[in-house]
Amino acid sequence: MTDMMQRDASADARERPSGPVAAAFYAAGIGSLVLGILTTLAEASTGIKDALQLSDSVGPLSGKTIGAAVAWLVSWVLLHTAFKGKDPDLRKVFVWTAVLVGVGFLLTFPTFFLMFAPEG
Amino acid sequence: MELTSREWWGIIHGMVLGAAFLIAFAGGLAGFYSLRPGLLTEAGIAERTKRLKIGTWVMAAAAWLTVFTGTWIVYPWYRAEPDGAKFQLLADPSTADWHEFGMEWKEHIAWISPLLATAVAFTVTYYGVSLIRQDRTRKVLMITFTAAFLVAAVAGALGAFITKAAPVR
Repeated sequence: MTDMMQRDASADARERPSGPVAAAFYAAGIGSLVLGILTTLAEASTGIKDALQLSDSVGPLSGKTIGAAVAWLVSWVLLHTAFKGKDPDLRKVFVWTAVLVGVGFLLTFPTFFLMFAPEG
Repeated sequence: MELTSREWWGIIHGMVLGAAFLIAFAGGLAGFYSLRPGLLTEAGIAERTKRLKIGTWVMAAAAWLTVFTGTWIVYPWYRAEPDGAKFQLLADPSTADWHEFGMEWKEHIAWISPLLATAVAFTVTYYGVSLIRQDRTRKVLMITFTAAFLVAAVAGALGAFITKAAPVR
């Protein structure tokens, strides 16, 4: 059992390309950004808010969250394929992911997105 | 002392899944912190990595289940016209901000947590025991893992205050 664990450990210890990790992190950033964009757009436009109402009981939040989840999942699959076998610099990946998540976070902050609400 | 089905769902959403999330976070963070050369034997690294994989995936799963039950089960009751908690809050100027700021923020930011937690869990699984040799990545994972927790903590705290001001019944 210990031998098996050590064999697994040494097999795992070989360097693996960073591409799949980059894809997972970028996808999280893209999902956060899409959530923020949809949140702000829904506030800025009644038409978009209505279009995002995929469920009457949940309201526009249904479209925002489904949109963000689909963006996250689709971008992860596409980026995973694109980065397969590649070895991007993870430092840049982490910085860009932080930027994407940060902007997404800002766009979901009520004080910010209410600035785009029509007056009335 | 009976609870309605809505109150049960509120407990599952806020307390049961919240507790699982908190325990997984505490275990995961301790696992990340101690995953350093010099602190563990080779067998210890393999065992610690296995626990870290479990902890990070449990936290990601708890985060997904929390936002799913919150958005699709509890939230419709909160916003149901005419007597949902939302309308109780808006009817009183002294509590309106709990909806206009608190719920408006909480319902959105909470979804960032499972996205970050899943990226962390995937990376831990992908690198496995070799993560111990990648100190920078390990530190970034700790930061991301903590960010996922803090985002959920803000949403959870707002949810607790909102429920105190106007419970979903």
